[in-house]
Amino acid sequence: MLGFITRRTLLAIPVLIGIVIVVFLLVRAIPGDPCTAMLGERATEEACDRFNEANGLDEPIWTQLTIYMGNVVTFDLGESVRFSRPVNQLLIERLPLTIELALSALTIAVVVGVPLGIISARRHNTAVDTATMAFANVGVSMPVFWLGLMLAYLFAVVFKDTPFALPPSGRLTAGVFSTPYYEAWGWTLQEGFWAKYHEFVGNHYIFNAVITRDWTVLNDAVRHMILPAVALATIPLAIIARITRSSLLEVMGKDYIRTARAKGANEQRVVRRHALRNAMLPVVTIIGLQMGLLLGGAVLTETVFNLAGVGRALFDAITGRDYAVVQGFTVVVAAGYVVVNLLVDLSYGYLDPRIRVK
Amino acid sequence: MSLRETTESLEELAAQSNLITTKPSSQWRLALRRFRQRKSGMIGLFIVSSLVVMAVFAPLIAPYHPNEVLIGKEEVGPRDPPCVHLFGCDEATPQHILGTDGNVRDEFSRVVFGSRVSLTLGFFTVTIALLIGSLLGALAGYTGGWFDNVIMRIMDVILGFPSLLLAIAIVAVLGPGLENALIAIAIVTIPAYARVMRAQVLSIKESDYVSASLALGAAPRQILWRRVVPNALTPLVVLATLGIATAILEAAGLSFLGLGAQPPTAEWGSMLASERNQLFTAPHLVFFPGLAIMITVLGFNLMGDGLRDALDPTLNR
Repeated sequence: MLGFITRRTLLAIPVLIGIVIVVFLLVRAIPGDPCTAMLGERATEEACDRFNEANGLDEPIWTQLTIYMGNVVTFDLGESVRFSRPVNQLLIERLPLTIELALSALTIAVVVGVPLGIISARRHNTAVDTATMAFANVGVSMPVFWLGLMLAYLFAVVFKDTPFALPPSGRLTAGVFSTPYYEAWGWTLQEGFWAKYHEFVGNHYIFNAVITRDWTVLNDAVRHMILPAVALATIPLAIIARITRSSLLEVMGKDYIRTARAKGANEQRVVRRHALRNAMLPVVTIIGLQMGLLLGGAVLTETVFNLAGVGRALFDAITGRDYAVVQGFTVVVAAGYVVVNLLVDLSYGYLDPRIRVK
Repeated sequence: MSLRETTESLEELAAQSNLITTKPSSQWRLALRRFRQRKSGMIGLFIVSSLVVMAVFAPLIAPYHPNEVLIGKEEVGPRDPPCVHLFGCDEATPQHILGTDGNVRDEFSRVVFGSRVSLTLGFFTVTIALLIGSLLGALAGYTGGWFDNVIMRIMDVILGFPSLLLAIAIVAVLGPGLENALIAIAIVTIPAYARVMRAQVLSIKESDYVSASLALGAAPRQILWRRVVPNALTPLVVLATLGIATAILEAAGLSFLGLGAQPPTAEWGSMLASERNQLFTAPHLVFFPGLAIMITVLGFNLMGDGLRDALDPTLNR
């Protein structure tokens, strides 16, 4: 098992390096000169030279790449041109929202999708199965942004003044503030890594509200999260339901299921103990792959619901030529994606011992 | 007896003995029959063919030109709600079955013409990705060694990005526009085809009929294109059909963000985006273009699923 983990982890490193290189080159291929973007169209050549020298842009591209790789390894992601603040700081402010959004969506997708798939497989070729699969087919075909807008209309306009009304934008209602746990508990933080770390953790509003027992903020944050999370969850939910169904159906046709039935185990036990565990392997892989979909969908969802998360920030940075932010955010998002897939690979090896030896 | 006479007499004999009464079913004929039995696949086929008809005959179906501004021509204002005479809308007001948009254009005509953009885009994106991807996959799988390694690692890096984000970045480099969105989505989807093709080639390479060709002295290139590739196509056909659905969805997403089709092109994603701030006052302008996207994507998804079941009965009951 240890060999398997090492091998898989080592295999992820070239991909990560490749991602940093691709991002670096892509960003430099974006039309427009960083100097004129920063200093304005009428910047003199001298000013530009000074700017380029100060930012290391006068070095040959390979030297720049080497320096950048070194910076990435030490978590120095540069400074945003538009916000005049370190990219790290922007990540601390914006990443928590996207993490909460993606995790909420993933939770909905798994908690609803897997049972739906199981029910559908257990009632194979019945009306329940047909209805579930029709729902799943419509679900995978729905544009995230459209679903988001329709949900916003439904819950903010149609259900206005009913108990079902939900806010269609933002993270918290104006006037409601989340007090980070370190302030609520009266901690005094020293400048440095740990202060940044606590700030990052505290920016997860839902998590923060739970640990500080601030039920007003929790209620407000959750209510704001429902619509975006449901919109974002729909496609993964449908995919997970379909995979669970087909995987369980396949396993139910295997010889060992027949054996289990033959030895007199009741149907409940056959499904729970014998079929489900084996059927979950492809489901786990698919759940991991959904992370990419969620992160891409986050750009659209955050746009629709006016949320200041990583997806939206990344989009603004690309269109606004904020190179450092584009580089930093893309590297972090892609790295997160690679790590999640690595974890999926590892859990796959854990669940199915045959994979380890391959 | 000449060869022809022999064949004829044999056929006669067979016909008499009832040995060959019907033409044997080919693989494709069997697949077709299986496809027809799948209700969902047929629904998908129906949706897709209807859309193709709609796209081809768009000028005949749409009552107006998609970019025709109706100010001063008719008694309509911007963002008028749908008006269908059949459903009790006042006969005096001009009929716009999906209403009018913010620039006082007929929304229905724009939705109809939008099918042209989405179908063309889906088709071309997948064709480009399929050609490049399967070529790379076939070469990588067949040659193996360092070439295989380099190609597949590059594919891994592309897959390392969330696809929509990479597409956004590529469009940012190339500049916003429909063609560039098409190229970006094609690049992002290449690895899927390359991987499937490579896996197919690897398994077919070991098959007996390839060894037989090799033994007969066929050149490697001949084996690759005549023996391996044709036999590896089946899963790619399925993947391509499903790929059209994904491509249309992603292109609509890019257009929604303002990176794909530019106004005044009647494209569903950008139509929806330009009216999204009017959601609470004119929901029909967001609802109908999105519905069109969903139905189109659903059509290709159902058709792809049907094809998969038909072409590979061992997969996914």
